[in-house]
Order: sequence, then C-alpha cells, then structure tokens
Amino acid sequence: MAVADSMSSSTAEPTVIADRLDIIYKVIAGQGGKGTAATALRRILKRQDRPTIREVHAVKSVSFTANKGDAIGVIGRNGSGKSTLLRAIAGLLPPASGAVYTGGRPSLLGVNAAMMNDLTGDRNVVLGCLAMGMSPAEVQRRYDEIVEFSGIGDFIDLPMSTYSSGMAARLKFAIASAKTHDILLVDEALATGDAEFRVRSERKIKELRDQAGTVFLVSHSLEVVQETCNRAIWLDAGVLRLDGPVKEVVEAYIASTRAG
Amino acid sequence: MPTAAEPTGMTSPAELAERYGLSKSSIRPPLSSYLRELWSRRQFVLSYATARTYAMYAGARLGSIWQVLTPLLNAGVYYLAFGVLLGTKNGIDNYVAFLLSGIFVFTFTQRCMTEGSRSLALNLSLIRTLHFPRATLPLAYVLNELNQMLVSLAILFVVVGFTDGPAWRWFLIVPAMVLQMMFNIGITLVFARIGTFVSDITQLLPFVTRTWLYASGIFFSLPSKLEQLNAPSWVVQVLAFNPISAYIDIVRRSLLQEHKQNELPHAWTIAIVWSFVMLAGGFWYFWRAEDRYGRG
Repeated sequence: MAVADSMSSSTAEPTVIADRLDIIYKVIAGQGGKGTAATALRRILKRQDRPTIREVHAVKSVSFTANKGDAIGVIGRNGSGKSTLLRAIAGLLPPASGAVYTGGRPSLLGVNAAMMNDLTGDRNVVLGCLAMGMSPAEVQRRYDEIVEFSGIGDFIDLPMSTYSSGMAARLKFAIASAKTHDILLVDEALATGDAEFRVRSERKIKELRDQAGTVFLVSHSLEVVQETCNRAIWLDAGVLRLDGPVKEVVEAYIASTRAG
Repeated sequence: MPTAAEPTGMTSPAELAERYGLSKSSIRPPLSSYLRELWSRRQFVLSYATARTYAMYAGARLGSIWQVLTPLLNAGVYYLAFGVLLGTKNGIDNYVAFLLSGIFVFTFTQRCMTEGSRSLALNLSLIRTLHFPRATLPLAYVLNELNQMLVSLAILFVVVGFTDGPAWRWFLIVPAMVLQMMFNIGITLVFARIGTFVSDITQLLPFVTRTWLYASGIFFSLPSKLEQLNAPSWVVQVLAFNPISAYIDIVRRSLLQEHKQNELPHAWTIAIVWSFVMLAGGFWYFWRAEDRYGRG
C-alpha cells in the first residue's frame, strides 16, 4: 500500500510545498510589567517592546509536498501548531524562515465567527460568491444548491448573528465549497455540524479531491480524518513527527497517546 | 536530474515549486493585475454597499427615512449654533444653502475616513476565509457614503431651488462630485491601511476631523473672515490649499449665485490636483500592504 502511494505521488503534480517552514509569532502574555500609563510612556520613550510580549515558535522546520487529489489530515494535540500551519499555507501568517509554495489560491475555512454578522444568510451567500469572483448570473444559478447543501432552511432570511455556531459553520462551508478550489483548508469546520451534515461534507470533500483539488483537514476526530483523507501529517509541538498514508499515521498517533 | 529514480527526492523544494509553477503563498500581486482583479469584483463592491446601507437602517423604526433625517438634523444643529447663536452669517445672502453645502461636502469625506479606517478590522473573518482583493472593502464603504451624499445633495437642491430657482450652473455639481469621490477613495484607502495596523487611530480620528472641520470655512466665508481679521492675503492663498475647502468652494460656485465675491483662489485647479494625487497615492499605499491584511 505504501509503495503504491509513493508511486502515485511521484507522477502527480505538487500543489503545496512546504520547505523547512518556521513560524514564530508574538503574543501578548497576561502578566509582567505594570499596565499603567506612566510605564507605557516610559517604554515608548526608551523604545522598548512591551515586556509582556512573548514569542511563540509554533511550527518548527516542517517540510512536505502535497499533490493534486490529496486529502491530508493534520492531526496532533491541542497547541501543536495545526491551525498555524493551515494559516501559513493560506498565506495569512508570514514564515519566519523557509517558505510555502502553492499553486492557485488556498481558501481557509475556520470555525471563527460568521462572515458578515449583521447581514442575513442569503446576503452572505451572494456576497461570499461574488467575493470569490463569481458573476451575478453564476451566483443566481448556484444559490439554491448552496442553501440546500447548508441545510439552513428558513433561517436563511435571518441575520447570521442569530445562527448557532454549527449553522454558521455549515453555511460557510457551503459557500466556500460552491467554487472549485485548487486548495481547500478546513479547520475543524466539520466538527460543529451534526452527524447528517458531516456525512454530506465528507462527500463534498471527496468530490473536491476528484476535481483535482487538494484538501487539508484539521480535526481532532480521528474517525473523520480516516474516512475523508488518504494521507495524514502528525504534528507534535510544532515538529512534523510523521507523514504518510492515513492508516499508518493515525495508528502511530494512537499508540503514542496510549503510551504517554 | 531527470534520470534519477525518485525525482522529487533529488531536487530542492524551491526548484520543484518552480517547475510546477507554484508561487509563495504570501505574495503580493503586481499593481496592474491587482487593479484588474479589483475591477472584476465590482459586483461584489456594489452588492456589499447596498447590503450595508440596508443593514444600517434595518433595526431603526423609521428605517431609511434616517438617510434624510440625519443630514437635516446635523445641519439644524450647526445652523442653531453658528447662524443664530453666534451670528456668523455676516453678509452671506443664502446662509442656509451656504451652510448645508459646506456640511454635506465635509461630512462625505469625514465619514469615508472614519468608516474606512474600520473597514478591514470589521471584516476580519471574511478576509481570513476568502481570497479577494482587500481594497474592495474600503471601496464598498465609500460607495455607501456616496449614496448618503446623493440623498443630502437632493435636499440641498430642493433648498436652493426654493430660494434661488434652478440654473445651468447646477451641472457643475457633476465634475465636483467626481473629483471629491476620487479624493475620498484615495483617503479612505490610506486610512483603511493605517486603521488596520494602528488601531489607536480610531480614537484619534475624531479630533483630526474636528480640527479639519473648523479650518475648512464651513460656517463662514474664509476670504471675508480673514479680511475682517486684517490677515495678510497670503493666508487665504495657503488656506485655499485645503482640499475640503476647494471641494466646498466648487460646490458653492455651482449652487450659489452670490458666491462670486467669496470665491477661493484657484479652487478648480487645487481640487483636480488633490483628486488625482490622492487617488493614485491611496491605491499605491493600500496595495503595498495587500499581503499583510488579515494577519496577526
């Protein structure tokens, strides 16, 4: 099985290449230094950084090559750099060193807040599609399909601020997957949906793979990863521990969590 | 090395990326293709502006009547303060139209700046989800304000129509609006970028715009005011370089017959130069940070 996989990848076209990727970002930590105006002024005069700013080395020298038609599950514990890796692939985080090369433009689906909260669901569908570069005629053609896929029903006329997190995630997934993306990055978006939606979105991801797209999926549900992905990357404290066929990687991951 | 058994293992990732035409994911497109991409999203800009206008008044009981009420109430307050209480009218015949034109033109630019400075921060989740030229967002906000400005202008024409009667001069309002629109797009793009990276600007902007308000000759005629104060004539020349003063002046030229005596020097030239410089500069400045919006 492993041999067949490597054979196919040598003939396939790479779509995402990470080359010794390092990501460091600054966070404002809770304590350290007084937060008064006087200390702030002194810092400005002395041209110091805020003492509370700490650097986090989230991804450490990660390299891999993803090919067309790959669905790659990214697994690992909380805080192991999975979401950070996805955002770097999307071009939203600058690498400290190394590089990510992509063909086409990756779209990132996260579980963060809705797209345009004060607008209704149907406005969000239209605007999201237009923002992705569809023509108004195309939006009209796709509209019903998107709404139906999201399974939002009558709520489509209500502002997105009234949606539950699961509904918002479903609608966003439906909008983003209406266009064929070369690279789709899914960050836990499926976890918030109900069982029925999960089945549908898994089918959609398979469809996207068949259309020669590349899908990255961050999920804590190993079951979902095993069902939708053909390959997996295991991140541990920012370091790439294992990269290979999904079954092998998931098994190794489970073994390590049991041992630890 | 094409003869190698495993070609991917022998070439460096950078070479492999180049062979398959992959590019770095966080790269900024060249300005020309950026503008072309922006043009292809014009439908998005239009729909977003419409949706926002709608959402703004959806919660209010009077709905979009506020679009008419807001500028009227605004003008009413200033009329009470400057026209009646302080008596700034001094010798301006149609003071209501004089005041309204100044306030409306100023508010147009001011709202673009303050709203534009938040245009990216408020849409962070959209920016992080989908790829599209980020300049579409501030542009939609400008379009929103243009919509409000057109309503305000309609009020102004009704007022002037009643007091002075219609005139061919009125058509000068079209180039005047085009020029101010160009300027506003530019300044909105500038503040959209600043507002994204320096969030303190939202606190600071009201003071900047208020100072600008009093320096723009909205409540009084700049030339006659300075004459009263015995200021040297070069002061008028310098103050005339204020873009807002220039836009207000050309709108007043188009609307008010008696404005001739209060005209600022070279208003058209100054307005045209500001428009083109600000528009080009704004796009350039905004585009320079295109790859950094939505990070953090």
